[in-house]
Amino acid sequence: MQDSVKPNGITPSQTVGPFFKYGLTPTGEYAWNDAFTNSTLTPDVTGDRVRIEGRVFDGDGVVVPDCMLEIWQADAQGRFADPQDKRALPNASFRGFARCGTDKDGNYSFDTIKPGVVPDPDGKPQAPHILLAVFGRGMLRHLYTRIYFSDEAGNAADPVLALVPAERRATLTAVREAGKPVYRLDLRLQGDDETVFFDV
Amino acid sequence: MTFIYPVDSNKAHPLPLSPDYKSSIKRAPNKPLIPMRHTLSELTGPVYGHETVREGDNDLTTQHTGEPIGERIIVHGHVRDEDGRGVPNSLVEIWQANSCGRYVHVRDQHPAPLDPNFTGAGRTVSDAAGYYRFVTIKPGAYPWGNHHNAWRPAHIHLSVFGHSFVTRLVTQMYFPADPLFPFDPIFNSVPDEKARARMVSSFDLENTQPEWALCYRFDIVLRGKNATPMENH
Repeated sequence: MQDSVKPNGITPSQTVGPFFKYGLTPTGEYAWNDAFTNSTLTPDVTGDRVRIEGRVFDGDGVVVPDCMLEIWQADAQGRFADPQDKRALPNASFRGFARCGTDKDGNYSFDTIKPGVVPDPDGKPQAPHILLAVFGRGMLRHLYTRIYFSDEAGNAADPVLALVPAERRATLTAVREAGKPVYRLDLRLQGDDETVFFDV
Repeated sequence: MTFIYPVDSNKAHPLPLSPDYKSSIKRAPNKPLIPMRHTLSELTGPVYGHETVREGDNDLTTQHTGEPIGERIIVHGHVRDEDGRGVPNSLVEIWQANSCGRYVHVRDQHPAPLDPNFTGAGRTVSDAAGYYRFVTIKPGAYPWGNHHNAWRPAHIHLSVFGHSFVTRLVTQMYFPADPLFPFDPIFNSVPDEKARARMVSSFDLENTQPEWALCYRFDIVLRGKNATPMENH
């Protein structure tokens, strides 16, 4: 039925709104189950387990308590759990996707593994990174950014970080806490220290 | 099938700053987005199938002991790419207000009644042809504080995944000929009239079930074109 219809464009985005929690991130507070959690960890996953956490701020520096964040990443060998990645995925049950709603103080956190190296279109290595999509009330379309890791030497040669003015790269770099597998990265939707967002 | 995702397709989306929608003023970036080539990270995406969805999750009228109050409707259509091909096995999540225009969310202050038999959340997976179907209740319009006498047109929120992380779409499905369209800054944040029309479902008499439920059709078009188009036309 209608299979030959050629669309005249894509469906436009609209804001996720303020009231998505009971549908997308209920976390036990509503009569609905979670399709996703804020963890990509599976029993058989290999690699360095890390936590990434931070807060989300608006242009006035006020915390954003109604954001939804989603991450997408490769496994520790740099391979994606998607058949479009033709390389074998050794971590059979690892999916590489997680979702988190910010709390009343704007906090988010993800439990995951540090991803491996993924090639760019020229075959050049990219430093370990996680894709991050930011949704929220007031945001008519979600924004895309990346999370890099402060303790990776490969950041200096990363072809995507190279596109970003040097003084703004810190907004993409999660900083490791001393002695713990925890990285911190705050997101600023607007302002002088605004997070770098990509046009993808 | 290999897909490409032209950035030009994104022109259908609203600009981040749409001042008539007041909440966008402090949440839209001031600095331009940085263009980059898509790498494998952008070109792949999460794959979620039937294991994510339970039997009956696409029927929002049967989640409680009784039936919800309101106008029972069927919402169905195809998830498609820009070439018109169905997008199979794509997770579709929906959430919405009840028939009185009240969300079950604890922070919704609209003094309209909650319905103990309606949560307003559902999910399904598109089939091999990209087809999806929900049964639900027609949501009501509701007031919001954006400006004096501001009312949102009735809508169902949708979240769709598609073939890659850059096809990710969160949008709202509207109902035909809603008188509130001209006054809604969220609907009108989409600059192009034809693109706005793609957010409006169409009444589907053919699939309306006699003595049971009206039907609305809504096709969801995600980014993505065949990377090797046919040249012989």
